[in-house]
Amino acid sequence: MPAIKSLDDLKRIREEALQKRELKQTSGQAQVIVGMGTCGIAAGARETMKAILDAIQEENLSGIIVTQTGCIGLCEREPIVQVVVGEQAKVTYGKVTPAIARRILKQHVVGGQVVEENVIPLQS
Amino acid sequence: MRELSLHLLDIAENSVNAKAKNVTIFVLEDTRSDRLYLSIEDDGVGMSPEMVAQVTDPFVTTRTTRKVGLGLPLLKGAAEACNGYLKVQSTLGVGTRVEIEFQRSHIDRMPLGDLPATILSLTIGFPAIHWVIRYQVNDNEFVFDSEPIQRELEGIPLSDPAVLAFLKEYVETGVSELKPADSF
Repeated sequence: MPAIKSLDDLKRIREEALQKRELKQTSGQAQVIVGMGTCGIAAGARETMKAILDAIQEENLSGIIVTQTGCIGLCEREPIVQVVVGEQAKVTYGKVTPAIARRILKQHVVGGQVVEENVIPLQS
Repeated sequence: MRELSLHLLDIAENSVNAKAKNVTIFVLEDTRSDRLYLSIEDDGVGMSPEMVAQVTDPFVTTRTTRKVGLGLPLLKGAAEACNGYLKVQSTLGVGTRVEIEFQRSHIDRMPLGDLPATILSLTIGFPAIHWVIRYQVNDNEFVFDSEPIQRELEGIPLSDPAVLAFLKEYVETGVSELKPADSF
């Protein structure tokens, strides 16, 4: 059984993360926003969030900020995930299952290719 | 919603929308008195007595995107069906406290579900909020406090892969070590 993690472990993690950050400073930041209103949660948004976090951890992807937002008025399309890569316009995805979330992360956030079939076209 | 942990996520989301800076979630499994108690306390904008009186009515919601809110009313019904209750106390400018209690062994009691996933979702999704999440089983307690973690990280985001790995193991171990054998 692994030793229980303590706050001391965070010191080491911080040092490692700082070193990595210096190496990767050139790559653009990406933001992933998960809709967590009542509608999103009921549609499975927490599992979608979990899949995103697991994928970041497994694939060791740094420079991605994951946040949450409330209901954006598209309850029937939940779980909704929005992606902003660098300076590009925000892309809104609907019906994002954990599997689709992983695909969005790989193909769009890392690869730069929008996952067209899950995009919700929005007028902005 | 099929899990109490999803309801906690949902209610905590209300605290975020109410501009809370500090949110404390408490989950108590007391096997001796056979009660399961949950509370969510925030220092958000609070509600007027009129709003508090209406808040468990499904046709009252603060959302502006549509006119029906079902989070609290459904949970209240679920608690009352299990010899429990849902109580909302709020003061404008001070904050809000929501308390829910169930008979723990009641056959219809909703499972607690994935509490670690809810803790991670909230702390990572809303890093600007100070989260304290306490999970107590009889006399033993696991306390998750986001503040010392954030301080230790000095600006490294919580969604950094190494930090995520730490948080996940820290929270999952903390919760699973306390979980009673008959817990659901």
